[in-house]
Amino acid sequence: MSTTGRELMPGEAVPVGEIPVVSAAAFRNVVMDRIGRGDWLAALFGHPVNGSVRVTAILACPRFGELRAVAFDPGASYPALTPECLEAHWFERELHEQWGVTPVGHPWLKPVRFTTPGAIPGVTDYFAVAGEEVHEVAVGPVHAGIIEPGHFRFQCHGEDVLHLEISLGYQHRGVERALVGGPNARTIHYLETLSGDASAGHATAGAEVLESLAGVRPSDRSLALRAVGLELERMANHTGDLGALAGDVAFLPTASYCGRLRGEFLNMTAMICGSRLGRGLVRPGGVGFDVTAELVRDLLGRLDPAMREFTDSVRLLFESPSVVARFEHLGTLTRHEAVKMGLVGPAARASGVARDVRSDFPSGAYRWIPVLLALKESGDVMARARVRWQEVHQAASFVRQVLSRLPEGEPWRPVRGLQPGRLAVSLVEGWRGAICHVALTGDEGRIAAYKVVDPSFHNWFGLARAMRRQQISDFPVCNKSFNLSYCGHDL
Amino acid sequence: MIRTLITRWRQGHRTIRYPDALAVLPERFRGLPAIDSAQCPNGCRECVDACPTGAVSVEGGHVRVHLGRCLFCPECAQACPHGAIGFTTDHRLAVSDPRDLLTDGREYRLARQLDEASMRLFGRSLRLRQVSAGGCAGCEVETNVLGTVVFDLGRFGIQFVASPRHADGLLVTGPVTRNMAAALEKTYAAIPTPRIVIVVGACAISGGPYRGHPEALDGAASVGPAVLYVPGCPPHPLTILDGLLRLLGRIGS
Repeated sequence: MSTTGRELMPGEAVPVGEIPVVSAAAFRNVVMDRIGRGDWLAALFGHPVNGSVRVTAILACPRFGELRAVAFDPGASYPALTPECLEAHWFERELHEQWGVTPVGHPWLKPVRFTTPGAIPGVTDYFAVAGEEVHEVAVGPVHAGIIEPGHFRFQCHGEDVLHLEISLGYQHRGVERALVGGPNARTIHYLETLSGDASAGHATAGAEVLESLAGVRPSDRSLALRAVGLELERMANHTGDLGALAGDVAFLPTASYCGRLRGEFLNMTAMICGSRLGRGLVRPGGVGFDVTAELVRDLLGRLDPAMREFTDSVRLLFESPSVVARFEHLGTLTRHEAVKMGLVGPAARASGVARDVRSDFPSGAYRWIPVLLALKESGDVMARARVRWQEVHQAASFVRQVLSRLPEGEPWRPVRGLQPGRLAVSLVEGWRGAICHVALTGDEGRIAAYKVVDPSFHNWFGLARAMRRQQISDFPVCNKSFNLSYCGHDL
Repeated sequence: MIRTLITRWRQGHRTIRYPDALAVLPERFRGLPAIDSAQCPNGCRECVDACPTGAVSVEGGHVRVHLGRCLFCPECAQACPHGAIGFTTDHRLAVSDPRDLLTDGREYRLARQLDEASMRLFGRSLRLRQVSAGGCAGCEVETNVLGTVVFDLGRFGIQFVASPRHADGLLVTGPVTRNMAAALEKTYAAIPTPRIVIVVGACAISGGPYRGHPEALDGAASVGPAVLYVPGCPPHPLTILDGLLRLLGRIGS
């Protein structure tokens, strides 16, 4: 059997038996070899096979737009990948917590979600810095604003942050476990609420997996409408983030204009599917709502004025010297660091990592209307803001093109039973970055294992790293420049 | 500077006039369900089977929807071949008594004003501490936008505050995960009495899509009875605003 893994395309269902199960050493060789060639780790997860756990890796090769799956049976322990492959760091902690497998040589196998029996969220050992004048600031799980819960520990020397540690798991509600045994009436709702501000992204990723397992290809029209939903979601969230970044440096004009403009894009989504957050839009087999010519006209009529106001509003932000002084050289991640940590999405692109599922693994409407990569080099808060600014403009132009040339076709095709004994992977560029879903079906065609990798799972460590040697008072703006998901991470 | 002023002028005045003028929502918005049980043939359970959370039931020939469980998804309406169940664009959904969440489409009793003693305390100034306990960020972002210029919650004397010590009440979202239960309880305990509880969203009312999960507690009942239940998955910001304004007697009294 091949020891280089089984190649597959996103949205292709392959027989589970064709995924090579190799030795721990061979598994490590495949992973390290592919990472060395520029692949990134899209997923590394455990799933039960005959009463023990099997570990499967999904490697994403952006050069050829293909994926690679390889598996091994670790038993109770195996030599950790992390010392050589930093991007496996969080995955191996998860593996240890979920399955009790010990990756030997991992620097610190701390809980990821505090899900083992008796675990108390937040109660674990933290990095500690000793010394006179060194102090620790603990924040959360309940934060000051209306946001999700998480615990942050800063080791500080005066105002300077020596290290930030992020401890999550408060939002764990058992979604992956509940998806097993499906699909059923709740499946799509789990997908839509994996990270509720990225409903179109996660629902699309989930729908693609289910469709490939069922052997159904949705119409081009429905794929185009999904892409519109995905880009409107990106526009709304990026706009909101730019406003929030402005708010965090007390630049109120952009903060209040963008707060309102974010809603304009959400309301456009509601015009299509009735929900501002895109609930009901994506359904396995296509979309839940078609658009009429009149609705398309209305949407296009709203897009242009909203974009004019957005441009006006955000230009103020970038032209204001007091804002530029706060955004530049703050929370910097080098390209090297971003690659090593396996970052995705705007955070990666802001550090010069040319990584975007829409161009690397194009599917659906992205195949006929390409999206330009928004790439910056400075890796600071400014770069992450600039990437968002550029992406909102590109998304608007994409939505305009798709809606003006909407293919014909039925909005939805029925998805019946799933093929048994298959594995399928989907990749979607959500507004935070690459969303990866992996599903395996059992002998009866039910879901036997479901793995969700939210972009935040890759990126939380990036935020922690970006805060080193920064001032603690810069945390809010730094945090907002990443704006990661807690519930998408905690699942 | 001149540019800042020009932009300010161009952005205009964007605060909605609600509650003085009614809001217009998109045609496809799913608000208060419209139920016409007369259309239902005997024994038909299409809507019941399509519902992901058990919100729809049929009893004695009457279709009933539990809005505390309802995700306001289109599934029941799309499954019904008889046009007996659908949604109106009426966003007013918040109630004071959780028993009022069950509706057969004939009447729906909206939230009432707080009692006189509470009105004296909170009627002109209500400070809330929000806690997300397993929420998917949906209810959180829709609550958060009440602070934008569009809704401008501050003009009604309502404000979200950072510390529970400064709060008059707790606004809970999410199904209350086991991992957040202690933090939620402690936050509630830190709010000085008398205090109120407001629950927002299907998760906080009933567990939402996570109802029955061992990882969560099926909502915020553990913190005690609430004075306001706001259905939705997530509720539209106007639904939350409408509920808050009814609670404070700004609408409907």
